[in-house]
Amino acid sequence: MTTQQTEPPKLFEAGEPVFPQRVSGWFRRLKWWLMGFTLSIYYITPWIRWDRGANLPDQAVLIDLANARFYFFWIEIWPHEFYFVVGLLIMAGIGLFLFTSALGRVWCGYACPQTVWTDLFILVERWVEGDRNERIRLLRAKWSFRKARLRLTKWFLWLLIGIATGGAWVFYFADAPTLLRDLMTGQAAFIAYGTIAVMTATTFIFGGFLREQVCTYMCPWPRIQAAMMDEYSLTVAYRDWRGEPRGKLGKTEGDCIDCMACVNVCPQGIDIRDGQQVGCITCALCIDACDNMMEKIGRPRGLIDYCAISDEPLERAGNPPKSIWSHIMRLRNFIYFGLWSLIGVGLVVALFIRSDLGATVKPDRNPRFVTLSDGTIRNAYDLKLSNQTGEARVFHISIKTEDSLRVDLEGTDELNVSVPANGSIHQRVYIFAKPEYAAANANTSPVRFWVDERDSDVRTYVDTVFAGKGK
Amino acid sequence: MSKKIKLNDEDYPTTGHVWDGIREYDKPMPRWWLYTFYLCIVFSIGYMIAYPAIPLLNGATPGLLKYSTRGEVQQHIDKVNAQNAEIEAKLLATPLESIGADVDLARFATAGGGAVFLTYCAQCHGAGAQGAKGYPNLQDDQWLWGGDLEAIATTIRHGIRNDTDEDTRFSQMPKFGEILESEEINSLANYVLKVSNQEHDASLAATGNALFADNCAACHGETATGDREQGAPDLTDAIWLYGGDLETITQTITNSRFGVMPAWQGRITDAQIKQVTFYVHQLGGGE
Repeated sequence: MTTQQTEPPKLFEAGEPVFPQRVSGWFRRLKWWLMGFTLSIYYITPWIRWDRGANLPDQAVLIDLANARFYFFWIEIWPHEFYFVVGLLIMAGIGLFLFTSALGRVWCGYACPQTVWTDLFILVERWVEGDRNERIRLLRAKWSFRKARLRLTKWFLWLLIGIATGGAWVFYFADAPTLLRDLMTGQAAFIAYGTIAVMTATTFIFGGFLREQVCTYMCPWPRIQAAMMDEYSLTVAYRDWRGEPRGKLGKTEGDCIDCMACVNVCPQGIDIRDGQQVGCITCALCIDACDNMMEKIGRPRGLIDYCAISDEPLERAGNPPKSIWSHIMRLRNFIYFGLWSLIGVGLVVALFIRSDLGATVKPDRNPRFVTLSDGTIRNAYDLKLSNQTGEARVFHISIKTEDSLRVDLEGTDELNVSVPANGSIHQRVYIFAKPEYAAANANTSPVRFWVDERDSDVRTYVDTVFAGKGK
Repeated sequence: MSKKIKLNDEDYPTTGHVWDGIREYDKPMPRWWLYTFYLCIVFSIGYMIAYPAIPLLNGATPGLLKYSTRGEVQQHIDKVNAQNAEIEAKLLATPLESIGADVDLARFATAGGGAVFLTYCAQCHGAGAQGAKGYPNLQDDQWLWGGDLEAIATTIRHGIRNDTDEDTRFSQMPKFGEILESEEINSLANYVLKVSNQEHDASLAATGNALFADNCAACHGETATGDREQGAPDLTDAIWLYGGDLETITQTITNSRFGVMPAWQGRITDAQIKQVTFYVHQLGGGE
């Protein structure tokens, strides 16, 4: 049903400012701990040192883009091992499926950087300007010295957090102490300052002003999650069959006394009593607020609680609430968990069986072979050796073939190659088949290159073919 | 806080689009969205002033920054050249024989030489230097004019039978079709088949032996193993520039061959000549 359009619609709809009230309770405490935990990981990680010897950086977690290396404590990832990162990303994806299916929007409510930083910004705001009512009064007050002082103090503190956020980010990409010194003395690369500026601006704006609008308008995740959740997924919900009809204490049948505590504490500015909605990030602060109120008026807790839609008819019929575990322990979640752990176990196994010596070989295909003056057929190969350790190593090259073909290295009379620490080399290798050998006349015959480290029993092989005249 | 005046969804106008009973609301944008939109418009004005934007008949307005993608490529090339200036100077100062001893220099020469080869040489000698009929294979172990670094460099600098360069390598095989009878040429061809260990007519080859000594040995040598001073090919080995079968050999003797290679001195830089020399030398046939 369309309404008659009498005046042009507004160009924009202003966001309603939200002033979350301070609340205490179990979930609030959990969120404080998680905030401290996640922020600590973020800010401290780049400063952890990890000794890898003289040739390698001693930063525990470092994304070295210039040299195409990723260091994570004892693990060092080269570009050709990017599948580890891919595996982790897939695990992160399936992990989000798992958590959404089991616990609803738990990521949004507790661990999303937008939530954590907004929480931190609101903490600063409350510390500077006071709790909800003072903040509303301040908003409505005319500009005065006091208002300007409070606003500037708040913005200044937000800006500091923003700078620290952007600052910590760049430390993941370069040696943190060196970069900090360079940043302070103005010698760091432009990209470092630029990144910090962008991160500072986005943190300041997203955490200070956009807040819940990021979740409601910008983030695709709520939409994806809406498709991922089913009627058994946990959400934060209002037991309207217990609360309604709401009204003033003592004047109504329902437990809800319409005190608005749940609305006042909500960082998203929604009313959970309207039911499940896209704005709700299930931060559970309304549960704390309502439980506190229920205790004061002597009613049982849990008017607002974690529950699943499937429980509603049961509870309406008078059954007690189902336990949270019954929603988590179900087939769908086990399948997600199974997939998740399968990839995880696969990655760990791959990590342990991977070698610190890499060998790949690429036969010359243009030409496939060269006929020498005595009729000998010669093939050339590009042998690439990667040394993933901090020491230079010497390798002996040999081949295994059906005929005893001769092997030779370009540029040296020996069959030894030296590979620098944490690096790789290309060595041109020749294999010769005398004209009477089968390999010289076959189309292709198998060749195995053996690469043996001189000073240890580390060896590896790589298979390829010898191309003959192929009659 | 003031009581929110909540609009019901029914109170919003719709765009009039209906699909399967689903109507599209015409709701206002959030403020930040609208402002971002305005900001983009402002940005686009600045962008049009700073960068090429408005198409004209012959190109577009250049913009204050005078930016062009070609210019950017040139900047990258200049930057790489500047980065390589030091090692290029080192390459020019290093004798050809000593390049291989310096790992960095060798890598620089191989990479640069490979690029030069693909640009200027691959048209005739093939992308893999494998050659073609009439164009020598540079990977094998036989060289017409010598396969050490100096010999290769000389060939590249001055070319082969190139009349634009005084120092070019030059030799010319006579057209024996104008000198000998066809039976004699047939005998000669059979003799060449014999010295290269191929199937041949023994009696014809025996006649050819004497003819070879008279007509061919001066350049190709008594034993038919060739002479690099004159670019005369070794006829006893398994490598043939034009082909080693009776028909092709007969053709070669009758009409002779006259392969030409351009001189590259002056067309590419000295550093490039050094690079491509080193590159060709390390392909497997270098002496």
